[in-house]
Amino acid sequence: MNFLRVTITRMAYAALLLVAVLILNFTLMHLAPGDVADTIAQSAGGIDAEALEQIRREYGLDQPFIVQLGGYIGRVLQFDLGYSFFYSRPVTDLILDRLPATLLLVIAAQILALTVGVVFGVISARKPNGIFSHFVTLASLVGYSAPVFWTGLLMLVMFSLILPWFPVAGMRDVTIENGNIFIHTVDVARHLVLPMVTLASIFVALYSRLSRASMIEVLGSDYVRTAKAKGLKSNQVVYKHALKNAISPVITLAGLQLSAIVSGAVLVETVFSWPGLGTLAFQSIIARDTPTILGILFFSSLVVIVGNQVTDLVLRLVDPRVGSKK
Amino acid sequence: MTDKPTTTDQSAPVTELLDEPIEKARHPFMEAWDMFRRNQAALVALIILVLIIIAAIIGPSLYGRDPFEMVWAPFTPPGQNPDFILGTDYLGRDLLAMIISGARVSIIIGLAAAFVSVFIGVTIGALAGYYRGWVEEALMRFTEFFQVLPTLLFSMVIVALFGASLPMITFAIGIVSWTAVARITRAEFLRIRELEYVTASRASGARDFKLIFGVILPNALPPIIVQSALMVGSAILFEAGLSFLGLTDPNVVSWGQIIGSNRTYFLDASFTVTLPGVAIFVTILCISLVGDGLNDALNPKLRSR
Repeated sequence: MNFLRVTITRMAYAALLLVAVLILNFTLMHLAPGDVADTIAQSAGGIDAEALEQIRREYGLDQPFIVQLGGYIGRVLQFDLGYSFFYSRPVTDLILDRLPATLLLVIAAQILALTVGVVFGVISARKPNGIFSHFVTLASLVGYSAPVFWTGLLMLVMFSLILPWFPVAGMRDVTIENGNIFIHTVDVARHLVLPMVTLASIFVALYSRLSRASMIEVLGSDYVRTAKAKGLKSNQVVYKHALKNAISPVITLAGLQLSAIVSGAVLVETVFSWPGLGTLAFQSIIARDTPTILGILFFSSLVVIVGNQVTDLVLRLVDPRVGSKK
Repeated sequence: MTDKPTTTDQSAPVTELLDEPIEKARHPFMEAWDMFRRNQAALVALIILVLIIIAAIIGPSLYGRDPFEMVWAPFTPPGQNPDFILGTDYLGRDLLAMIISGARVSIIIGLAAAFVSVFIGVTIGALAGYYRGWVEEALMRFTEFFQVLPTLLFSMVIVALFGASLPMITFAIGIVSWTAVARITRAEFLRIRELEYVTASRASGARDFKLIFGVILPNALPPIIVQSALMVGSAILFEAGLSFLGLTDPNVVSWGQIIGSNRTYFLDASFTVTLPGVAIFVTILCISLVGDGLNDALNPKLRSR
């Protein structure tokens, strides 16, 4: 019952955040020089001032700010994010086309970073002054300091050019025409490896640092000593008893990193020509396609908000104390 | 009048105690410096960082070659022509001149954007931690809202909509990166505001403004300073990302922009991408190491961890 109530409160809060994103979006659009009428005028090759006024009236651009804002929020709730004059398509269609690729990349990178990070952290926590521990500290410093797009380009030089193991760009091999699902899955997976590893490389550092610290703390606690005193095997104590408690701060951090991962994905997608929201954002910014840019900002915030909800849920499942504390 | 004997009584043992520790009583800055010096990696990093900054300040006039000028055949690899040690880019511009000139822009934007974000973060965190109640609730919700926005995309939108001038880029980076500072400042304020010396100044009539900026903030500074140092690093990375995507002032050279503009040709001439990346990498690495060192120096309690 309590679980349900907490979930509903969180979801209501998430909805509020989403409305706030919409208000910000609209305000930005309003403040930016030039409006829809100007865009239409531009694509038509220039119209006179009277026709411009006509368009403004038709699109309701002469209405007060609040009325326009209400109209915008109403339209977005009906999944209408406007029309892209550059792509000649509704923005929602454009984004829904690209969203799966971004989700695949972001989720795969997050899972890889968490797995590697926690494993690195736990191993180095068991021998805090060992060689592996120093290696993890060094590797995380390097991973954090390298700009992600540079790492991506180096990866391409290494594993596509010098060692031709992985494809240079894109998500699919267009020469494969009538393969079955298995062939296509393997194809996408091959394309995914380099972008996924590149994006994960920033976050492995963060997660391994935190899980190392958290694990060292938990391993020093009384119940771990009791478990060891009972005669349990060291691996059993570490992976069954201690890890359960050590992992919740790492999950919390992973949730906080979601917006950074989505941001990193923009750069990684651009480097690897991955057909996701990031490349779409890059192209529409070059084309000055405002409705599409703002649509992407909205959808990627939505991804972060939903991701936060999922993180929250996972956290409460892993650690029952989290929900009841508040 | 009756107070006098007690004061002399208290000062008496102090003068006796002063015998030994009077030589050791040093400025807190010197003590922090001693701590910092013990971290050798941080010390080396600091020296490299100072060299990079000096190169950024006097380098362009010392080297004297215009980074925009086409001086030699495009894609001359490093070491082939002694006049252009690091080679030339896709337009035949001197890569070394570009990297030196880029250092200036990257570091200035890094510092300025970090300043903006620390300013916003400290203000919001201080007000939230000091006043608590609904002020804290509202400000922390505001902070959470900014944590939901994908940082790079939001800056891209700002720069794309309002123009890619250096002040706008600085603002766009600062406005998205203050949340961590706000959280740290708030946590410190919540802790310090309950301490006795704060109650004492309040009792002696200090106003809110004095308490926030004169009493609590100076004591909350150590973790904020560490975070600010790291902010400079992430702001430089951030600017590199933006200019890699082409969102940069076309009249200046920055590290990310060199990589971004040469990216199309990197499979043929990878050094045009690798070398400016090394500049970013080394700078950020040094800033992180100095940040670690500052952490050791300013939070001696945490050293045992």
